[in-house]
Amino acid sequence: MSDAPAASAAASPASAAVASAAVEVVGVDKIFTGKKKATVTALENIDLTVAPGEFVSLIGPSGCGKSTLLRLIADLDAPTAGTVTVFGKTARQARIDQEYGIAFQQAGLLPWRTVSGNIELPLELHGVAGAARKARSAELLALVGLSDFAESYPDQLSGGMQQRVAIARSLAESPRLLLMDEPFGALDEMTRERMQTELVRITAETGAAVVFVTHSIPEAVYLSNRVVVMSPRPGRIRDILTVSLGSAAERTEQLRENEAFFENVSRVRELLHGEAPVGIRGVETR
Amino acid sequence: MSTATPRPASSARTVLAPVLLGVVALALWQLLIVVFEVKPFIVPGPLAIGEQFGGSFGSVLQGAVVTGGNALVGLVIGGVLGILFAVIAALIRVIDELSAAVIAALAVVPIVALAPVLYTMFGAGAETARQLVAAIAVFIPVYINTLRGLRQVRPVHRDLMHVYAASAWQLTRTVTVPGALPFIFTGLRIASSLAVISALIAEYFGGPVGGLGKSITSAASSSNYPLAWAYVLGAILVGLLFYCVTLGIEKFATRHYKPST
Repeated sequence: MSDAPAASAAASPASAAVASAAVEVVGVDKIFTGKKKATVTALENIDLTVAPGEFVSLIGPSGCGKSTLLRLIADLDAPTAGTVTVFGKTARQARIDQEYGIAFQQAGLLPWRTVSGNIELPLELHGVAGAARKARSAELLALVGLSDFAESYPDQLSGGMQQRVAIARSLAESPRLLLMDEPFGALDEMTRERMQTELVRITAETGAAVVFVTHSIPEAVYLSNRVVVMSPRPGRIRDILTVSLGSAAERTEQLRENEAFFENVSRVRELLHGEAPVGIRGVETR
Repeated sequence: MSTATPRPASSARTVLAPVLLGVVALALWQLLIVVFEVKPFIVPGPLAIGEQFGGSFGSVLQGAVVTGGNALVGLVIGGVLGILFAVIAALIRVIDELSAAVIAALAVVPIVALAPVLYTMFGAGAETARQLVAAIAVFIPVYINTLRGLRQVRPVHRDLMHVYAASAWQLTRTVTVPGALPFIFTGLRIASSLAVISALIAEYFGGPVGGLGKSITSAASSSNYPLAWAYVLGAILVGLLFYCVTLGIEKFATRHYKPST
């Protein structure tokens, strides 16, 4: 949280000092070897740096490896080649030190635990005392606007509310980095927009860096400082677009009607659909 | 207009329908006995059985307490051991692989046939043999169901616990075992009826008098068939009680286990 002014230092990856980068991915390949020796190159030659406090979205069609890249950062999978560092540590060490919080497309709540029990789960596993856990879960429930549901069970909540609980849980240990894999993918459009606005507010309040996987263009533009556009087979970074829509505080509901917003949306769309092979060759990854 | 039936009415119907069917069946049974003059040693009528049940209620109840008590002890011992071994087998793969053959063999042992051997081991005056027979009968379904339940961890929960760098024991305690509860209870529910049946049949092979099984054989050997059937009715009621209680506990413990996102 002490890295507050980081949001402005987003644009050029090279300028960020190596040690202080939230995420540093260098030359990463990921090859899945299936049965009968069939291999799938999920990721090829990926370079990506995320500065502290920066919001970066990974966008691309299915099979472009955006979720795989997130799983590599989270140390849920290991890269075939290259290195992944999180706050200067190896991905594995960062996971063990609980340097990041994570939310998936499925809320993944434990149905036999109450809402507050679910939020307290990581704290409980890491030996935080009962009173401190209670205080923290109350704080987080207020943050996601679910204070009245502390003693409810997940099956009594709507999908959007469950996802808010999952986000509260990912914030439980005040991580400086949030990894989110299409957390709003299963929600209806209206709930989705409300959740996006809330996420912008929450990240502004916590100052955490975010790596956000999505396949929604407006969602990526609305939320991000930078949008990483990926292409499939093999998964590569096609281009990285800097979105200049102001700080989190300026990103209100009105932004969705804004001219600059639409401009960015169409820029991402053009990149996604790929103008010509020339466009691909121009990218620094080659 | 009659399409939307309120809940109380529909639940009354679900209770009333089988009760009505039962009454009709009993009346039909009694009618057949009277019309065809069926002798009591073939099948006694429901009225005769009911009369004996009412008349010797104290003795039936006493037998039910003895047999039900043995079944309960067996259910608890077999259930606890079944769950415990399944957790160990799920945690340590080698144990699972080593014990798979033993479990398969144990599952096909005619457990009740062990009773005479157990009576000589523990003495014919003790209930231990019967409780052990029930415990072995319970162990198998509980073990198999629990182990299957422990293997059902959802990938998102597995990922989450990996992210939290949780130990194997933490994963078992907070995710695997609670997640397996519906399976454990299914095992216990099947086992509860098995426990009663095993405890009862084990009485046929010796041991102290007083249980329902012994009472059925002694009533039958003295040609008092309606009384024998009254004891059978008692055994059915004990089995139903076991089944309903485990079902009730299951419903309560897994009340929040609806599929969630």
